[in-house]
Amino acid sequence: MNQKDIKVITPFSMVLIGIMAAGAAVALYRLLFGLGASTNLNDAWPWGLWIAFDVVGGVALAAGGFIIAGAVYILNWKKYKPIVRAAIMNTFLGYLMAATSITLDIGHPFRIWHPLVMWQVNSIMFIVAIHVVLYTSTLATESSPMFFEKLNMPRALKFVNKIMVGVVLFGVLLSCLHQSSLGALFLIAPSKLSALWSGSLLPYMFLVSAVLLGLNMVSFETILTGRVFKHKLPMDILSGLAKGSLIVAVFYFVMKIWQLAKGPGIGAAFDGSTAGNMYLVEMLVGVILPMILLSMKDMRSRVSSIFTINLLVITGIVLNRFNVATFGLAEYAGQSGMDYFPSVMEFILTLAMVSFAIFAFKLSVKYLNVFPEGQH
Amino acid sequence: MAMNRRDFLKVAAGSGLLLASDIPAQATMPEKLPPQAVGILYDATLCIGCKSCMVNCKIYNSVPGGALYLKGRDIPYEANNYEKGIWDAPVDLSSRTVNIIKVNTSGTAVNKDSAENGYSFVKQHCMHCISPACVSVCPVGALRKDPVNGVVYYVENRCIGCRYCMIACPFKIPRYEFEYALPQVRKCQLCHHRYEEGKYSACCEFCPTGASIFGKVVDLKKEAEKRLSLKTGQEYDFPVQTVDSKFTMRRQVSKYINHVYGQTEAGGTQYLMLAGVPFDWIGFNKSIDKTFLPELTWAYISKIPAVAALVIGAGTLTWAITSRKNKDKGES
Repeated sequence: MNQKDIKVITPFSMVLIGIMAAGAAVALYRLLFGLGASTNLNDAWPWGLWIAFDVVGGVALAAGGFIIAGAVYILNWKKYKPIVRAAIMNTFLGYLMAATSITLDIGHPFRIWHPLVMWQVNSIMFIVAIHVVLYTSTLATESSPMFFEKLNMPRALKFVNKIMVGVVLFGVLLSCLHQSSLGALFLIAPSKLSALWSGSLLPYMFLVSAVLLGLNMVSFETILTGRVFKHKLPMDILSGLAKGSLIVAVFYFVMKIWQLAKGPGIGAAFDGSTAGNMYLVEMLVGVILPMILLSMKDMRSRVSSIFTINLLVITGIVLNRFNVATFGLAEYAGQSGMDYFPSVMEFILTLAMVSFAIFAFKLSVKYLNVFPEGQH
Repeated sequence: MAMNRRDFLKVAAGSGLLLASDIPAQATMPEKLPPQAVGILYDATLCIGCKSCMVNCKIYNSVPGGALYLKGRDIPYEANNYEKGIWDAPVDLSSRTVNIIKVNTSGTAVNKDSAENGYSFVKQHCMHCISPACVSVCPVGALRKDPVNGVVYYVENRCIGCRYCMIACPFKIPRYEFEYALPQVRKCQLCHHRYEEGKYSACCEFCPTGASIFGKVVDLKKEAEKRLSLKTGQEYDFPVQTVDSKFTMRRQVSKYINHVYGQTEAGGTQYLMLAGVPFDWIGFNKSIDKTFLPELTWAYISKIPAVAALVIGAGTLTWAITSRKNKDKGES
């Protein structure tokens, strides 16, 4: 399919635009009337859906960019070059979504810049804030060649391409720190977070699972966009990503079991509690099933099975983020007798963020050279 | 390689960024009780549950500088306006209640300070930790610990409202004004706005029985240990209002649980408690670490400079090797 054959206005796009409009209305309502009016957050549940999914989950979902960019520019694995722009664009959009969400989630959105000038190096939240700003700028630089090409600015393009390796390396560093910092946010609350997830390994498990998720997101998006825009699917890339997933999944599995055995003991996952069951679902869907499937060679070479595995991993690791940020704290929070289930407005804004990412990606495929080298 | 905080700041300053920032808000986390630290000793066996401390906490914190005050904002409870309702009967801490008396009962609830067929009061407010988790996690230094008196206080105009302090506090103390478009974190600030005029915490000033007494933490500790050493049933002159008060009340010593709550919890706090029942029975989390909580995150943060150097170094090396290989092969 040619770029000019891509229709911007389709029934699906209209749905996305509708959800985004509703999301904009929710954002405005939240700014005018506050968090109490728009969310179901309370003193026992200071963090809810927006933090768990849009921020902690969203950043993990956006891990693909640094992995593929690192593979192409640092490791010089040129095989993955055809998907590097798409991966960077997706990550950029994911980070914009996370940054917008955190801005709306904090009590004073217009003070979002405070951490930049009021340093507090003991705070993981400060580290996270700095990383969001630096990495979003880095991603803007990494994706700028697409814009410079379109705008016909050869000198700017040449300059950016010259510094690209350095920029990508900086991005890899920021991503490693940022992904693990989101896990480190919960280090301070060992008496609140269920022992199934807490422990000093948490930041490193966040990083490794983000890599696993990132690889599968890239694969998922490659297959999906290939189908939608009718590109020929690059099978060697997909099976390469699958092989990478297998290695990372095994490593992550060992980490998880080690942490469980060292902490509350393996039995804690099987005690029938909500947290225990959530842990089992997360492990089964996101790690164990994918690991078994990926270990079979013909599963790694069929698009349909790769796509299924991608979906399993994405669901499982996003569930892990929910577990750490909400379900793992539920027993403690419940002691106050206060419950939390996201409000309709919280759901609408989250859906709007996802719609934005999908729609903006579609626009960039139409107007920018996201898939270079004659894939169209 | 782990670094201490001073070295960490040096590395950060080396990048030049620190120079552009306004104040590196409390770069080091306190790990020792300030010698002039003040606090409260609450003795549940003396508490009669009159809630005078709650009412007066609201009155004296609804004035400029107080923990419940904000210019232009309705005060949570109409101080000195008794027609509008003196009694708002809160059941838990909230953004409108930073000090609360609760009662826990069991069975027939006839015996005071007994866990069996008895009851016990408990007073809940900020513990003013020696090394506070909330202060360490605040990304903008909106929560601070006074280096002299050790009070953990809130700087409203820095706060961005991320609510990380609420996640971090092991005692469930910080509460948020979810109901407002421009919300604040609310917590007890030990009435530090009243010290200049020679006053002290309102909850202690208006406690009729000496259940809450104010004073230097070192003196409060001595007083608490002394009470634990007394025999049950023996007569003792309990100081009222402050630990060094001339005003005392003679009464029989009740049976105590042999533990000063706040002595070791979260590494130690400036609010100390005595009770006749186990502390987990009156709602205090047993699994709170006995060490300084900020250390848990510092163990991670201190590794960042080394990790950064490693990633940049290893990345550059890898790139150099792999690009040469590609050139040899005649690619790119």
